[in-house]
Parts: sequence; structure tokens; C-alpha cells
Amino acid sequence: MSARRPDSPSVETRPGSMPEAVIANISRRRFLQGTGAVGGLVLAAGFPSVARAADPPKYGRDGMPNGWVDDPLVFVAIGEDGTVTITCHRSEMGQGVRTSMPMIVADELEADWKRVKIKQATGDEKRFGNQDTDGSRSTRHFFTPMRRCGAAARTMLESAAAAKWGVPPSEVEAKNHEVVHAKSGRRLGYGALAKAAAAQPVPSRDTVRLKDPSQFRYIGKGQLKLVDGRDIVTGKAQYGIDTRLPGMLYAVVARPPVYGGKVTSYDAAATLKVPGVVKVVEIDQSPAPAQFNPLGGVAVVATNTWSAIQGRKALKVVWNDGPNASYDTPAFKASLEESARKPGKVVRNNGNFDSDLSAAAKKIEAEYYIPHLSHAPMEPPAATVRIVNGKAEVWGCVQSPQATKDLIAKRLGMKPEDVTVNVTLLGGGFGRKSKPDFAIEAAVVSKAMEGKPVKVTWTREDDLVNNYFHTVSVEHLEAGLDAQNKPVAWLHRSVAPTIFSTFVEGAKNEADLELAMGVINVPFDIKSIRIENPEAVAHTRIGWFRSVSNIPHAFAVQSFVAELAAAAGRDPKDYLLEVIGPPRRLTPEQLSDKWNHGESPELYPVDTGRLRRVVETVAREAGWGRQMPKGRGLGIAAHYSFVSYVASVVEVEVDNQGVIAVPRIDIAIDCGATVNPDRVRAQMQGAAVMGLGIATLGEMTFKSGKAEQENFHQYEVTRMSGSPRETRVYIIPGDYAQPMGGVGEPGVPPIPPALCNAIFAATGKRIRTLPIRDQLKA
Amino acid sequence: MASVNVNGRQYNVKLPDDTPLLWALRDELGLTGTKFGCGMALCGACTVHVNGQPTRACMTPVSAVVGAKVTTIEAVGGDPVGRAVQAAWVDMGVPQCGYCQAGQVMAATALLKRTKKPTDAEIDEAMSGNICRCGTYVRIREAIKQAAAQPGAAR
Repeated sequence: MSARRPDSPSVETRPGSMPEAVIANISRRRFLQGTGAVGGLVLAAGFPSVARAADPPKYGRDGMPNGWVDDPLVFVAIGEDGTVTITCHRSEMGQGVRTSMPMIVADELEADWKRVKIKQATGDEKRFGNQDTDGSRSTRHFFTPMRRCGAAARTMLESAAAAKWGVPPSEVEAKNHEVVHAKSGRRLGYGALAKAAAAQPVPSRDTVRLKDPSQFRYIGKGQLKLVDGRDIVTGKAQYGIDTRLPGMLYAVVARPPVYGGKVTSYDAAATLKVPGVVKVVEIDQSPAPAQFNPLGGVAVVATNTWSAIQGRKALKVVWNDGPNASYDTPAFKASLEESARKPGKVVRNNGNFDSDLSAAAKKIEAEYYIPHLSHAPMEPPAATVRIVNGKAEVWGCVQSPQATKDLIAKRLGMKPEDVTVNVTLLGGGFGRKSKPDFAIEAAVVSKAMEGKPVKVTWTREDDLVNNYFHTVSVEHLEAGLDAQNKPVAWLHRSVAPTIFSTFVEGAKNEADLELAMGVINVPFDIKSIRIENPEAVAHTRIGWFRSVSNIPHAFAVQSFVAELAAAAGRDPKDYLLEVIGPPRRLTPEQLSDKWNHGESPELYPVDTGRLRRVVETVAREAGWGRQMPKGRGLGIAAHYSFVSYVASVVEVEVDNQGVIAVPRIDIAIDCGATVNPDRVRAQMQGAAVMGLGIATLGEMTFKSGKAEQENFHQYEVTRMSGSPRETRVYIIPGDYAQPMGGVGEPGVPPIPPALCNAIFAATGKRIRTLPIRDQLKA
Repeated sequence: MASVNVNGRQYNVKLPDDTPLLWALRDELGLTGTKFGCGMALCGACTVHVNGQPTRACMTPVSAVVGAKVTTIEAVGGDPVGRAVQAAWVDMGVPQCGYCQAGQVMAATALLKRTKKPTDAEIDEAMSGNICRCGTYVRIREAIKQAAAQPGAAR
């Protein structure tokens, strides 16, 4: 472990001098010597992480780029003072991963949490395994590798103690930061054993003994405080925007207001007169599709952020708006509606929708509209790059440090190993910071400034106007009910510009992974189901937003089921359970789902029993069916996403002015067994707030190709006054032997339909267009 | 050159007098605990205390705080109420990403210094200028109540 340069921002949990990390030192030195005989390389050979060519296709963590690593020499270091340093290789953006991931290691290691420090990994997937922190994947993909990591390190400590005492390893046991030989009463602390343990062979994966879950001390308990909590409330926590380096320059970038636009000409004379402005640097536009590349434009470089912002105000740029200059939200909405009313590409077809619909006793049709959204993380994108002697160092709030490394290397013409990416805390991510365009900008500008450290900060206006927007969609649904009011025919046409348009020229259909987010894989007990996906052309940069296409799909599907219940004159919860049908396990193939969240069809079928259970649980706990005063109502919705099951009941109050208040939200989640139940609750509480914001306020609109909302007065998000008075979360108990589900995203999708179903119960008004804003006002 | 008192220390700020206090704190004084969120006093991430009053540093020029006492998140723990608020935040596990929480802590501390036992309505009113995109509002309310119940916290 190299000493931290004094000018480098600390990403350690607690600042101060780090004890010499014995295990890490040895492995690193051996690795650098390239002996290949011992240490890390033995593990690399003995523990094949990704290379399992014999058994394709790969699922879950095996299917992710660079797979996974469970090498204790990579993740655990023990100093001679007993300090255990655990490396977290995933990005912290509020999900609590810097607490939860090391907790798993510490538990198996029998480490005393008070003596654990957390170190943030740099971007290096060959060393750490996949680091792309999105898709609600960290815990479900790394629970087992991290357990093995901790258990292997524990075994090495036990072996070292046994060798020292000359007793069989079976007679010693690691317990709370020391190894004990019960027979003789001897005990040695982890610090005293660190050096000898490092010389022990890393046990092979098959021989590593994992704890019985009944012995867990941290996992599943939720008693540990966030490792960054204290730093956060004292202002010490370091985010991407907080990086400070000697001689650092500050930049903001004038980017094309319209996606695909570019600079025709610019005049920087006034800019260069602004005190503090040093230089302007043109950033080349990348050819469409943009992928993760910068949009191009003109960077204003100054000695402080404010001067850069003032300099940009003075900059005169003539833009060529390009092919998307006519993008207008009302016209585009009309075109999506037109497409949704005509047949489109059939992506799932069970039974015969047409004949079952024409034979139906009742026919119901509805169309839903869900607008573009912006993530608006409270910390806008920001990154700093410095280039010294042909090597670049990056500090940034990135969800994908490896992509950041690779793309900066490519852009600067360097080898990836010459680019170091330091991952800071992320002040919110929500998918926005998966895209490292902002870090590449900093690299380009640093290069233009002879490698001087340059921090690029996005203002809120930049963040909203030049975002990777959540898509916009029209969802058209038709259903037929038989004489007993049972649904027998279901048609869902989903029309939305695809995320893939940002990566592949001309992509016009929803990709497998978008369809698999709650439109194609509806696990409903309906005889005929047809899902269609008409084409839609993207006219702006589309990207993923927390829970992605599940937002429009769940809104449409769960609103429509409630509309069917109303048409049938039935209780919406009872009807929802009937539509889900009896408990059964549906394979992705049965649902025409080609993605299945990247997970194995055997391990992760859609289990309608689990979906039913969250519905039943939340209904019971929320007091479904209780008498509501006038103007109040309960609404329910359930959704399967990121291989977890969530159902929510929203209680709404609509006053006679049409103003909405939410006294209470109940949420049941089945994500399998949990590592940190307090963070699961926190994610559900947060998802409730974000879901309410999406339903009531959030909308990005475009005029002449440009996003119209520039700051929080125009792009409104939920504030405390609009948040629920109370949020109750019920976590369905899980089994650690069973696969886990995601947590960061699946809380969001059920909230907007549950709210709108509650509004229907309270007022009889059906909301089909989001956001609600003043639709209920008299 | 404006002379400003921040956290009990006098600084000569070299940036032009119309520079917002936020950027003077962050870029010149190195006090990065105060956050940038919107630049228009819409989100509360940059909340500091100016003579004890919660103030949005992103819209307050340096010249406006000459002769005043500025307190930032780095020093609010020197105040018993601030310390109680910080402790309640950690204890209740309020933060998610944590980025807005400096502003939330400053706003909550100012509220509790003004109103010892705020009602729900008073909490909502005092805190609704502070956006939390992670949606920690339910826990913020609870943590404010916990801090208010702390013996010796409210003066």
C-alpha cells in the first residue's frame, strides 16, 4: 500500500495515518515482482473469476464484465496494530454500500467493527471484479464473494495461530478480532498474527468454511451506523465536487443546447476579460450517437468556479443545432400516441388476443403518458483530472470507474493502466453518474492546460439541460373481461425512445432489457397476452434513471389493473391478486423475457407466490379496507423488478382545492435475505419520496430541441412538505441460501400507480398523464 | 478585498466582493462542507448561518457578510444544538448520499435554536427549502424531534 500523497484527497473513512498493512503489502510486492508463484497470482490462477468458457451462457456476477474477485489479499489488509482495512470496490451514492459490503467481509472475518477501516478501491476491474454500480446489483452479486473473502482471511489467521502454537488448526477459532485456543486458553489478537497470516497460503475456495447464518454478527442485523455518517454531518465527507489540488483550475463548459448540435463559432473576447478567467478550450463534439462521450462545446477555465461561470455567461457561441432542432414535446407526444394506436412489433404473444377480445363481455382501453425525467442528483456531475509524466489521475463521483478509466485513456491516447480513477463519494447517482462524459471533459481540458489539475463542475442548469434523460413514453392498453369479469385478453403497446439510441445509431425499438422491465414479463394469469412495441425515434440523449423503464411500465400496468377492477366492480387488491393468479414459478422463456435482469432463469424465475405475498402483507399491514373519511383513499400497486418483489399502499388526501397530501405509505419488499435491513428501509423510504415526485411534479419538456427546465423552480422535486408523513416498511424474511434481489431501484415503480389508484379511490378521478401537477384542481 | 469572519476566524477574501460566499468558502477558504446545489437559493444545500440566521451562501455576496459572523457545517458542532442535531442525524441513520445533509443540519440547527420544540408544521416550514433527492425527509423529521428532546440541547 503506497503512502497517500499529501495533496491527494483522502477517500479513507477516517483521516489520519494508516497502519502498515501487512497482508496487502506482501501481495502487492509479489504481484509487482511478477513471480506468479505466491500471493495474488496464485489466487488468480486457482480462483478463475470470469473465465469459465466451458459453461456459457453466463449469468449474474459471472456475466458481468470482469466478473468478480474473492481474493482476501485484494480486499483485506491487517495492520500490526490490529486495524483491519477492508476495500469497498463499489461506488457509494446513498445506498450504503460502503457500510454494507465491508460488513459482509468483517462478519465472516470475525472482525470487531470498531477496528475496521474502509478504503475505497480505485477503478480497476481486473483487480476487484466488476465495479459498475448500477442495476441494484452490488449485494446480490458480491454477497458470496465477499463472504468467501472474509472467511479465507479468517482461516489464514487461524492457521497462523495454530502454527505458532503447534496445535492442529481445528482446535483454534477466530472470535471477535482474536484467535483462541480453548484447550490451553491461549489467545492472540489479529494485529499480532497479521504478518504470519500473510505468509499463510490462501485457502482454496472449496475448503473455505463459511459461517452458518445463525452465527452472523452484523449481516442482517442493521445495528451498525453508516461508516460515512459522522463525516457527512461534520462537512468532512469528500464528494467529486470537493476535490482540491495544488494549482488546480476550475472549469465550466458551454455545451450545445440541442443534442447533436455543435459549435459554429465563438467569441471569447468578453470572457477573457472576466477576472479570474485563464483560458477557453474547445472540446470536440463526438459523432452521434453520443455514448459516454462529451457533448462538445467550449470550456471556460478560471482560478475559481464563480469566475468560470461568469466567464461562460460572457461567452458568445453560435451553435449549429443539428438534426434535433425541431424536437418539441407536444408534437412528439402526439406522434407517440399515434404509434401506440397502431399495431407494432409483437414481442410476446400468448393465446389469441384478437379473438378473445372480440368474444369478451367487456372491453376496456386506456392510454398513459409518462414524460422525460432528469435524475437531478444533489451533487451535479463533477470531476478533476491531472496529467503528470504521461499518466492521468482522476477524482470523480463516478458509478462506473472502469469505463471512466478506459474512455479517458482512449481520449487521451494513453494505456488504461496509465489512468488512475479515484472514486469519491457520490452526492446521489440515480444512473446519471454511470455515464462518465463529465470526467472525460475534465481530461480533455487538463490536457489542453498542459496537464494542470482541472476540475469541471456542472451547474444545475447544465445537469438538467444536457442530461441523459429518462425516456418519454405512451403506454396503450386494452383488455377484455369475460361474463364473470375475469380478464381474458390483454394487449400492451409500449412506445418509447430506447436507451440504445444513445449507443447505436438509429435504434428505434425498446431493447430486451427495457421490455423486461415490467411490460413483457407481466406474470398475469390471463389467457391471451399480446405485447407490442412500435418504433420511436430518439431526439435527445436517453439514459437510465433509477428503476428505468419500470417507471412507465409499472405506472401503466398497475393503473390499468385497477381500472379493470373498477370496471368489474371489484376491490382493487382482490382483483390484483386474481390477475396475478395462483402461486407459480414462471420462467423468463414463458414470459418471452430475453434478459431476466441478467440472472439465471433457474435461480430467478418470476415467483407469483412471492408477488402475492408482498401484496397480501402490505394490504394487511396498511389496514386495507379501513373506512376512509371523505377525500381520502387508499391505492395499491405491486411490481417485480431487479429480481425483487415490492407492493405499496399509498394513502392520499385530496382537499376541495385539489391539493394532494400523503399521510402514509406502506411498502412490503421481498428481496430475499438482507445484509443491512436498515438501509433496505432507507431505500424504500427514499423511493417513496422519489416516486411521489415522479407522480406529482417531475417533467422535462423540450422546445426547439432544447430542454425547457433549467433549475429546481422549473424542474420540481419532492420537498419535505410534499413527502409522506409516515412510511412503514415491511421486509419479508429471507433465506441466506437463496438468491438475493435488488434494493436500490425496485421501491420506485409501484409508488406512482399506487398514488393514482388512491386518488381514484378518494375522488373518482383517474390520472393517466404524469405528472399530476394541477390536474385535480377545480 | 473583503474581510469576513468564518467560524470565528477572520479571513481576507481575495475574490471580487460580488462573488457568492459559497464559492469563497469552497474555492478560496477550502471549506468544502458547504455544498453547491443550484446557485439560485432553491435547494438549500449551501445553507450557512450568518449571525445565526440560516442563509443561502450561493446567493449571498461576500460583501454582504462583512462584519457578520458566518458559521459553516465544519464548525456548527461547536454549538450544543448543532452538536445534538449532528448526533441525532448519525444515530437515526438520516443520510443516504449525504450531499444535502450539511444544509439540512444547518437549517435544522437554526430551527431548534429559534424554536425549542417545533411542531410538525414548523419543521416542514423550516425545512422545505432544503431538497433531499434521496428522500430522507421522514428521518430528518424524526431526527429533529430527537435532537429537540436532547437534554441541554435547546437553549
